Amino acid sequence: MTTILDVERIEKSFGGVRAVQGVSFSIEAGEMLALIGPNGAGKSTCFNMLNGQLRPDAGRVRLLGQDITGLAPRRVWRLGVGRTFQITATFGSMTVRENVQVALLSHAHRLLRFWRPAPEHFADEADALLARVGMAEQAERACGVLAYGDLKRVELAIALANAPRLLLMDEPTAGMAPRERVALMALTRDIAREQGIAVLFTEHDMDVVFAQADRIIVLDRGRLIAEGSPAAVRANPEVQAVYLGAGLVHG
Amino acid sequence: MEDLLIQALNGLASASSLFLVASGLTVIFGVSRIVNFAHGSLYMLGAYVGWSLVTQLPEGLAGTSVGFWGSILLAALIVGAIGMVIEVLLLRRIYEAPELFQLLATFGVVLVVQDVALLIWGPQDLLGPRAPLLRGSTEMLGVRFPRYELFLIIVGPVVLGLLWLLFHRTRWGTLVRAATQDREMVSALGVDQRRLFTSVFFLGAMLAGLGGTLQLPRESVNLQMDLAIITEAFVVVVVGGLGSLPGAFLAALLIGELHAFGILILPRITLVLVFLVMAIVLVARPHGLLGRASAPSRGAAAAPDPPIGPTPRPLIVAGAIALALLIAAPLLLRDYEISVLTELLIFVLFAASLHFIMGPGGMASFGHAAYFGAGAYGAALLAKHLGAPMLLGLAAAPALAGLLGIAFGWFCVRLSGVYSAMLTLAFAQIAWSVAFQWVEVTGGDNGILGVWPDGWARDKSVFFYLTLVLCIGASLMLRRAVRAPFGYALRAGRDNALRAEAIGIDGFRIRWLAFTVAAVAAGIAGGLFAYSKGSVFPSTLGIPRSVDALLMVLLGGVQTLSGPIVGALAFAGLQEQLMRATELWRLIMGSVIIALVLFFPQGLAGAVQKAWGK
Amino acid sequence: MVGFDRRTLLAGGTALAMPRIVHAQGDVIRIGEVNSYTSQPAFLAPYRNGWILAIEQVNAGGGVNGRRLETIFRDDAGRPEDAVRHAGELINSERVALLAGGFLSNVGLALGDFANQNKKLFVASEPLTDALVWARGNRYTFRLRPSTYMQAAMLVEEAAKLPARRWATVAPNYEYGQSAVRWFKELLTRAKPDVTFVGEQFPALGRIDAGATVQALASTTPDAIFNVTFGADLTNFVRQGNTRGLFERRRIVSMLTGEPEYLLPLGDEAPENWIVTGYPWEDLNTPGHTAFRDAYRARFNEAPRLGSVVAFDTVSAIAAMLRKTGADTETEKMVDAMRGLTFPTAFGTGDVTFRPIDHQSTLGAYVGRTALRNGRGTMVDWRYADGAAYLPADDVVRTLRPQS
Repeated sequence: MTTILDVERIEKSFGGVRAVQGVSFSIEAGEMLALIGPNGAGKSTCFNMLNGQLRPDAGRVRLLGQDITGLAPRRVWRLGVGRTFQITATFGSMTVRENVQVALLSHAHRLLRFWRPAPEHFADEADALLARVGMAEQAERACGVLAYGDLKRVELAIALANAPRLLLMDEPTAGMAPRERVALMALTRDIAREQGIAVLFTEHDMDVVFAQADRIIVLDRGRLIAEGSPAAVRANPEVQAVYLGAGLVHG
Repeated sequence: MEDLLIQALNGLASASSLFLVASGLTVIFGVSRIVNFAHGSLYMLGAYVGWSLVTQLPEGLAGTSVGFWGSILLAALIVGAIGMVIEVLLLRRIYEAPELFQLLATFGVVLVVQDVALLIWGPQDLLGPRAPLLRGSTEMLGVRFPRYELFLIIVGPVVLGLLWLLFHRTRWGTLVRAATQDREMVSALGVDQRRLFTSVFFLGAMLAGLGGTLQLPRESVNLQMDLAIITEAFVVVVVGGLGSLPGAFLAALLIGELHAFGILILPRITLVLVFLVMAIVLVARPHGLLGRASAPSRGAAAAPDPPIGPTPRPLIVAGAIALALLIAAPLLLRDYEISVLTELLIFVLFAASLHFIMGPGGMASFGHAAYFGAGAYGAALLAKHLGAPMLLGLAAAPALAGLLGIAFGWFCVRLSGVYSAMLTLAFAQIAWSVAFQWVEVTGGDNGILGVWPDGWARDKSVFFYLTLVLCIGASLMLRRAVRAPFGYALRAGRDNALRAEAIGIDGFRIRWLAFTVAAVAAGIAGGLFAYSKGSVFPSTLGIPRSVDALLMVLLGGVQTLSGPIVGALAFAGLQEQLMRATELWRLIMGSVIIALVLFFPQGLAGAVQKAWGK
Repeated sequence: MVGFDRRTLLAGGTALAMPRIVHAQGDVIRIGEVNSYTSQPAFLAPYRNGWILAIEQVNAGGGVNGRRLETIFRDDAGRPEDAVRHAGELINSERVALLAGGFLSNVGLALGDFANQNKKLFVASEPLTDALVWARGNRYTFRLRPSTYMQAAMLVEEAAKLPARRWATVAPNYEYGQSAVRWFKELLTRAKPDVTFVGEQFPALGRIDAGATVQALASTTPDAIFNVTFGADLTNFVRQGNTRGLFERRRIVSMLTGEPEYLLPLGDEAPENWIVTGYPWEDLNTPGHTAFRDAYRARFNEAPRLGSVVAFDTVSAIAAMLRKTGADTETEKMVDAMRGLTFPTAFGTGDVTFRPIDHQSTLGAYVGRTALRNGRGTMVDWRYADGAAYLPADDVVRTLRPQS
């Protein structure tokens, strides 16, 4: 197993509030790592420091040994990091296939072409990715009119377009029906295994977390309080204390 | 020293006047996101209505304080009511239209009001009476200072204070502030949005009317007041930060004072000063002095553009027929009609170039004429100073326009929404003032004459074919670019900046390049325009020319690729016909625009596309 | 297709083209008149009246050699590019014999250049810019009204008589304002070398910040002021100047302010004792002018403005030219007839000539002082300044104008 991402004591403060303090962890290829914690624990801040949306105040982020701390998101992406968002981010004025094609074009450095219509580029590759996420039939539809669950799948296909080594998924199942959630994450898990992609995801739904994660890290008030297998984390008294009031640990 | 203090007071008086107009504009924009072009018209109506009331006072009231101030207030209320009528009858029906579309409607109002005012009050400048009790002057620092100016200095802060109370101490005001920050939230609160908007329009229009009618004792009332004030009012609103009243006040102060002192040092600076200020402020602070990054505006909240898809066969057929007719046109038509067609083709490219950044790029420009004009001057300067042949001039046109696009675009594409549009306007005005002021090189406002085509292209038909090839060719290239990967990258940034960045797209570079491409295309149109007219004047890069382009794109429909073509033909064609047919062309043109806006809120091409899709 | 006559196809092609009324030709001579009617209505409404009156009079007198005159008016909305388009339409579709009009200088220049390019006669009525007949002068362009240079020269003659040494200037920031100030400075310095210019203001046209401008002028403590502002700028300038005492114990020399167009809107706040160029419409009682004024009043129920005179004289000149060619509308013949053409002006001061050397007419202007009478401004102590006396010597003109 190779270490894909190595996070070393990253820190971030907003106007005196220490949102993330000295968090370290790493992910291996093909591994599903869940990042959980109660609201305001610093999950999103942590996440945004990994893909370049936020620059850490201190600490290091390494991708395959290369220091990517503070690089712009688009540069991080070029190094092989795909991303999905809590609120789906797709291009509403394009069809499903075109959404994936844009990502493929960007990956191939072909965006500055002015002649051949974009739909003629990478159509087969886009369809293959869409087929992998189960969206092949809807390739021609406008993204603006899709059901939410389908948008999430499209986003996954977009995120896979640059053959990433690491997938960052922020609340990938938020807003979906329970059955859809499990299906989406099972699909993600299959793809990750198959292609040796490391996946880091945050998640509120503990059913999903415990069913799909290989390993879990727990944040509370900016600190990493637990790390380990689902069973170990579930048994961790500190984690239970954090979550007890919210009654979120079940299933 | 005394002189400087007095000059500071003069600056304060101008600032107050400016603030009154700008305050209404910023309130309206803050809530409804409408770029109200007709605000200057409301200001002018305030002055005219006030003049009528004051000069028609009944016996006993004439010349009294009660009569005078009563007339002033009544005039403001009447203008407020007019604003309300405009909102209810027109704007309310098009709130769901794409961003800036309402600008087209308000421009229709501007045209109508110009002719209506001419019909009611006649062409002559009118002089209002002076204000009772504030007639004369007061000795200050050894200088006589008009009492009315002192009064105005006080009015500005008083109005600001009253508005502050209104917005912070009443439920209505709280709602308006909430709506300024987040419209969806207000509708979630169960407030009747329509009534809120109507009342906001009343307030904004009333403030414009008050600003206008308060000018009675110091300025003449004339038909140029509307356009003279509107740009400056917008500058104040944007420099202050859209929707921010204290910001507008601060900006008015800044501009008023800079003006007052600027003319002491460099008298000719008045031409461009406000735009220099705006450019500097916006480059340093992308949301104005006190503005905040706003929630996504109406355009982004509205339904996304439909996917482009392949060109439908009927459209290809129609295009081919149109092209065939154009190719045959010189055999059928006389010289004049050929030259009108030449002009229309030039406008088609000009509109298409603006659409390129406005539609796929999502960046409106209020200053696109800068690149059209740069093309015209590029060609004309080469012809005048170097005696260059026409083809060289036509090559220089896009080159100069492109260089300008690279330089200005670098600043403009960093901003968003109306701020970006206004920064383009600021740069365009700076370019305009260079053309206007640098007499030795550009000939100033007397322009450059004798830019006629070379002998071989002097025949109207030959020049028409040249224009046809260049304009249709460039327009088709732009269309092609929109469908090509570059266009997709551009639309990606517009649709979702976060996602675009997350798939490696450098939004800034893409937009910058798009801006430059649009400038180059506009430059080609400008170069051809110079040779078709034989002369070039600063007006080729003036505000009206920019507004024309904007109107063409909006009229045709921002969301369709054929929009700019249809819009340019409709707008320029209509104007050409009406100007020959009637004296009252502005009234008719304005009414037609208003009607089109009401019936086709997706623009003309958008309406056709929609009908086709059904 | 060679030798194919487009015109014959046109009858069939008209449905495709713009709708057009087919006029009977032959007996009428058509004049194409382009002006900024919608952008400058205050000046051009009386102008148009004067034009209509003159055309009616010519036609009532049997036209020119039995041919009636007809005018096709076009509004350029203040845009030179639209003026050029109209000019093309007038020549090409409406078949006018010649072009006339222009109020704004840049429109005049654009039309002049168009006329030169298309070898058509253009009789410019109003535009003031010197470039129209000098720097950018051409064979096909003639101008009626006394130019910026001429009016400045008329005022310099008076200004030089004043004891004032320290001068300040205020002018709208565009070519007309800049030229007027430049000529005034140059000619006054030549006439009176001991004058100094202590301050200048160039407010943007139509957007004067009057209070600040007045204060800025006052702070330079001039003995006298040369004013070039007009219209709304003038009104606002005068109001602020009156209230702030700028004009007290100072002499003001002012371009065009004696014209009713600019004097009347000022009402009872019209400045007194300014030295101005203008038009004493009420008191000018030459037989010619009285007849003109009466006819104008009878037709339009108001007093003529200077624009009315300019338009009337332009038509008179065109009619005189056509009589000279025997109603021949061939352009080169008309141009030759225009050179040196003499015709009577509505001022009733005798004949005016279009100078062959630069195509400028010798129409003059009235120089006098402003005064208040019956609650409004008027001109007193006026005299007619014959344009011929205020033009540079011929050898100077030759250096100013491109010689073909």
